Amino acid sequence: MKNGMLTIFRKELARFFGDKRTVLGTILLPGVLIFVVYTFMGSALSNQFSVDEDFAPTIQAVNLPDSIAALADQAGVDIQAAADMDQAKSLIREQELDLLAVFPSGFDAQVAAYDVASGQSAPVVELYYNSASVDSSTAYEMLDALLAGYETSLANKFDVNPGEGTYNLASEADTAGTLMSSMMPMLLVIFLFSGCMATAPESIAGEKERGTIATLLITPVSRSGLALGKICALSIIALLSGLSSTVGTLLSMPTLMQLDGEMHMAYTPAHYLALCLIILSTVLFIVTCISLISAFAKTIKEAQTYVTPLMILAMVVGITAMFGGGASTQAWAYLIPFYNSVQVMAGIFALEVNWTFLLIALVSNLAYTAALTWGLTRMFSSEKIMFQR
Amino acid sequence: MSDPILEVRGLRKTFRLSPKQQKIEKTKQKVKVAVDGLSFSALRGEIFGLLGPNGAGKTTTLRLLATLIKPDAGDALVDGASIVTEPERVRERIGFLTSELKLEDFFTPDYLYDFFSRLHRVPDQARQARKQALFQRFGIDRFAQVKVADLSTGMKQKVSLVISIVHDPDIIIFDEPTNGLDVITAKVVTDFLQELRQQGKTVLVSTHIFSLVEKLCDRVGIIIDGSMALCGTLDEVCQGKNLEDRFFDLYVERMGKDA
Repeated sequence: MKNGMLTIFRKELARFFGDKRTVLGTILLPGVLIFVVYTFMGSALSNQFSVDEDFAPTIQAVNLPDSIAALADQAGVDIQAAADMDQAKSLIREQELDLLAVFPSGFDAQVAAYDVASGQSAPVVELYYNSASVDSSTAYEMLDALLAGYETSLANKFDVNPGEGTYNLASEADTAGTLMSSMMPMLLVIFLFSGCMATAPESIAGEKERGTIATLLITPVSRSGLALGKICALSIIALLSGLSSTVGTLLSMPTLMQLDGEMHMAYTPAHYLALCLIILSTVLFIVTCISLISAFAKTIKEAQTYVTPLMILAMVVGITAMFGGGASTQAWAYLIPFYNSVQVMAGIFALEVNWTFLLIALVSNLAYTAALTWGLTRMFSSEKIMFQR
Repeated sequence: MSDPILEVRGLRKTFRLSPKQQKIEKTKQKVKVAVDGLSFSALRGEIFGLLGPNGAGKTTTLRLLATLIKPDAGDALVDGASIVTEPERVRERIGFLTSELKLEDFFTPDYLYDFFSRLHRVPDQARQARKQALFQRFGIDRFAQVKVADLSTGMKQKVSLVISIVHDPDIIIFDEPTNGLDVITAKVVTDFLQELRQQGKTVLVSTHIFSLVEKLCDRVGIIIDGSMALCGTLDEVCQGKNLEDRFFDLYVERMGKDA
């Protein structure tokens, strides 16, 4: 069996690596594309929400009180008197003016005289802006914050977290880990699944479709050797594809999530070892699943149709890591295929590796892989499945 | 010629018919008997022809002997190995060529020869020598490094033929060996079958071409409707008539008014 398995294994790799376009499309392109797209998205989001330090909004006001004028002056915000309210609104609509503030006449006196307990309505300040303009929205936020600060200072009874003190006790690594553990398991499952989907249906259903599987079946190679040779080769290709996508994601993650660029330093070799082990067992399981489905299908297209619901299921399971509040603490959860991998990955990215749970997940994934490989061997022996038209 | 190297004993194979197939076959029966208690033997160093009309069960018989499918009943011994209990040993002993078997377009004849040699566990040294001889014999050395996708039908057939015998088997089974070939490639194939006989190999060919049987075969078995209607040397089968006339007599006799 060993000789036949190795020969099949080498042939599958030769088939894949001999085609430069397939290698480019399956291994190199996913990683590069993910890096470029995620980095671009991160930069675009960052640009959209960040404000230029030299930004000076154009603000006009009606009845600008002395108190607000002084505060604005201190904050470096220039406020001009509005000549005409309707004209100012029109300028805001045309995005030529950022904001118009309308104060009631005698604002300072009204505020001083206002009694909160009186039940009467408080003096009203109207801020007109244009949400379609980033500058106008920023001007609104600036003046709103300035007025809110002034309002708070008028009746200051107590402060919460004043000054520059550090009140959030989470380390940067914890924060980054929480973010990573919510995103990466789902992304990894998708990447690994995509890598397997790109190769397994072609290798098994494709051979059936082209009639080349029969040429293999009349050789003395055992059915189990055939199944194992294909599964091992496909797993390596899927791992390389998944690795490319993962590296692309990890490199672009700091830009995408606006994280500290040194967040990876928090992960130790033990984390990477655990991650490699769970990825390897997950890939073996996924490849065997898809191979089994592909052996059942008559054509590549049919195989891909059958595999798609499984991929959706894997994605849904991946999403559970985003809402689970950390990795599961129940041992039985690590017996469930896909879910066990996602939970272990969530734990690793959150810097919490539970080696017992990892072991349970590894053993159960390998057991499922062995059972499915046995099934695939049986399918290769079934004339009904191999030669159905 | 001497002892039988292939013994077929009461082979039977049925297929379930889907509703669509029932419609095509114009039958309400859910099961089709493709091979019905077939028995014959082939001797060492002879070319044995299986002759029969389309759908008679020739290809099914060859697929059973090649262990691609399993019989419902009966057995066949291929150089002493049972197709039912020792399929891997059978596959080591036979070379099988049919249009059903395709070569991967992506690879070259040279790669495929080495690949199938390894699957048949041919030692490296023997592999190189045999490859060189076979490639020269069929002119494959001219296109040994060209991908199969870029070869003509005749070239592909030559490569398939060579690959089916990488392990120098004693029994070679060919299903319709000259189907779809131009006259020159067909001549190359038929000449080679005769060469194999001279080397002491047993060749089993299935065909519906009378002239091919008359030209090549030492003995012939006529299959009609899944069972062996007649089996023997050409003289025994023809009984003084030409093969074509004898076949039609037999066909009418067997099938009656359905013929």
